[in-house]
Amino acid sequence: MGSGFDTMLDGTSLTDMNKTASICAWLAVGLLGAAAVGVIAVRRGEPINALWLVVAATCCYALGYRFYSKFIATKILALDALRATPAERLENGRDFLVTNKWVVFGHHFAAIAGPGPLVGPVLAAQFGYLPGTMWVLAGAVFAGCVQDFVILLFSVRRDGKSLTEMAKEEIGRVGGFVAYTAVIAILVILLGVAALIVVNALKDSPWGTFTIAMTIPIALLMGLYLRRIRPGKVLEVSVLGFILVLGAIFGGQWASQNPAMAHAFTLQGSTLAKLIIIYGFAASALPVWLLLAPRDYLSTFVKLGTIALLGIGIVVLHPTLHMPALTRFVDGTGPVFAGKIFPFAFITIACGAISGFHSLISSGTTPKLIARETETRMVGYGAMMAESAVAVMAIIAACVLQPGVYFAINSPAGVVGQTAATATATISSWGFPVTAGDMQALAHAVGEQTLFNRTGGAPAFAVGMAHIFSQSLGGAAVMALWYHFAVMFEALFILTILDAGTRVARFMIQDALGHIYKPLGRTSWYPSILATSALVVGAWGFFLWQGVKDPLGGINSLWPLFGIANQLLATVALCVATTIITKMHRTRYAAVTLVPLAWLVAVTFTASWHKIFDRNPRVGFLAQARALAAGPATNATARLIFNNRLDAAVTAVLVVMVALVLIESVRQWIAVLNGTGEVRVKEAPFVMTRLAEERP
Amino acid sequence: MSRFVTAARIVLATLREIFDEAAYERFLRRTQTASSPGAYAAFRREFDEAKTRRPKCC
Repeated sequence: MGSGFDTMLDGTSLTDMNKTASICAWLAVGLLGAAAVGVIAVRRGEPINALWLVVAATCCYALGYRFYSKFIATKILALDALRATPAERLENGRDFLVTNKWVVFGHHFAAIAGPGPLVGPVLAAQFGYLPGTMWVLAGAVFAGCVQDFVILLFSVRRDGKSLTEMAKEEIGRVGGFVAYTAVIAILVILLGVAALIVVNALKDSPWGTFTIAMTIPIALLMGLYLRRIRPGKVLEVSVLGFILVLGAIFGGQWASQNPAMAHAFTLQGSTLAKLIIIYGFAASALPVWLLLAPRDYLSTFVKLGTIALLGIGIVVLHPTLHMPALTRFVDGTGPVFAGKIFPFAFITIACGAISGFHSLISSGTTPKLIARETETRMVGYGAMMAESAVAVMAIIAACVLQPGVYFAINSPAGVVGQTAATATATISSWGFPVTAGDMQALAHAVGEQTLFNRTGGAPAFAVGMAHIFSQSLGGAAVMALWYHFAVMFEALFILTILDAGTRVARFMIQDALGHIYKPLGRTSWYPSILATSALVVGAWGFFLWQGVKDPLGGINSLWPLFGIANQLLATVALCVATTIITKMHRTRYAAVTLVPLAWLVAVTFTASWHKIFDRNPRVGFLAQARALAAGPATNATARLIFNNRLDAAVTAVLVVMVALVLIESVRQWIAVLNGTGEVRVKEAPFVMTRLAEERP
Repeated sequence: MSRFVTAARIVLATLREIFDEAAYERFLRRTQTASSPGAYAAFRREFDEAKTRRPKCC
């Protein structure tokens, strides 16, 4: 089946379709895609159906895979099916293992798909559905898929080396250092902003808080079941865990209606933030098998199922998009986050278009599982297309909402006003009519006390998803259950990223500290575990606390910081890729990675400049600090001023690192082109595969 | 029908790989032990050290 699918996509070796028919078929795909993109881009003033986005995305991905990825595979990378991969040469039954390409594809997709492609597109929907959709499609086909594909192949040819190792080898020590620092920075900022999304989704929500709280004992039970009762039966225990989580959703409904329980589980943002910080520390220090591993399995199970369900739901129910193609907020005055389309749409949507973090996965586990070089195209380029499709689903989920409702959920009280009356009046004055009564009825329908000021994207996505499913599956009567299922799904896998990310960052810091004092590098030495866990949790906890206390909702400051850090890592990955392509004497094709690199540098530098120096206090950190200093002093003023200055400093450090790695890379390219630099490609030696005989 | 069976097998194999059941089976084969709470504990000790170092994307 697999090879049949491939040959159909390749369109070159089908025996029952001659060349003319193939050309006609691909022309039809191109025309259909052009028509769909045309409708998305040109239609104004009336709602369009979500299927136009689905058709446009499907055609763009098909064309991108068939033509662009094949061009890269043949002309630049020269994929060689006869060259043995590290999975074959170094097979050890653990890390290195020859694996079926579809299995690797699923494994890789499960590792790259996180909350990013859901949250970023929902936030960027404030510009309308057009900018986000165009960036997701073009960004994925010409940048994100390319990055994942080439980094995967280069890692395969270097025995599965990590991005940090490749950056050190190909660009120099600066490249390695920047990659390492960028990973730590991304992890810390990501964990802070991810925790903030959960806080904003759960604050004043006894139903949601109860459901998520129950996932902790459920995970512990799963851990004990796996360890003591049915060792290794992960799929079985994941199904059981999923059933228990569904029970917890119903339990949450009961808790929200029981006065004593509702009181106990109605928590403010600051209380939830403290609880999440404590949870993060405990999860990092507890044995993996007890909490982290079962939660990870449960989260993956729910994630894959929900994404599949949402995809089917959108195609079958094909809802109407109520958000206009472009809103007035393209001018930079948006309430969700401040800043113009360029550059802010392009750092707000990272995962789904291009995400530097993917390069860590493409140079981590996946290259050690690839059986043949030719499979990197399907796994690297193809899995990123699937992630991009998830981002399209998120855009649809956000844009099926009435725009007034979308802005009421996503706008911070500091922008639209503290009360329902002022918030709806402000939003209606923008041309997006909504009433306090509408919002109250919606909150009641989804089982919440209020939906105002729920920034972060997750609640808006959950309302959109509930809206789509409630059209047919159970109707309005079960909208509350769908909403809380969606909130549970998002919170569950965000919290899983929180505990897994804390542990990854802890290991990285322990590795580094081990060079200074050896015992600190021992991952089993408890003083080191506690100290480094506290350091990591303290770092992301700082950003979380800052977000919770931010009068502008936190997302306005933290999501752009995360976007800049993530695109910095993509810049490093594309610098590595361009350097290797140059050394491979494929310079005339270097534009394939050079153009996305130039685009990312332009985006990252411009966004950083605005975030630091823009005179608008809603955009620039320093302007915000100045505005706070000039305004009436409160107990929080000094802390808020410090936070803004710190954010400006963090942004400046990130952009200096981009500049450093870029300068180093350009020096390498010039040296190679002038013949004064080392041009040796640091690949593992060619070894003929044995698999070619076994699997023709 | 056979295509459907093949597809179902691949989906199941993918899930078993994602959920580490396949890794546990390989561990049992490699160490030539039968599945038991002790064997699973040993597998987790070896496996978690590597797995928890792998970043998961955002």
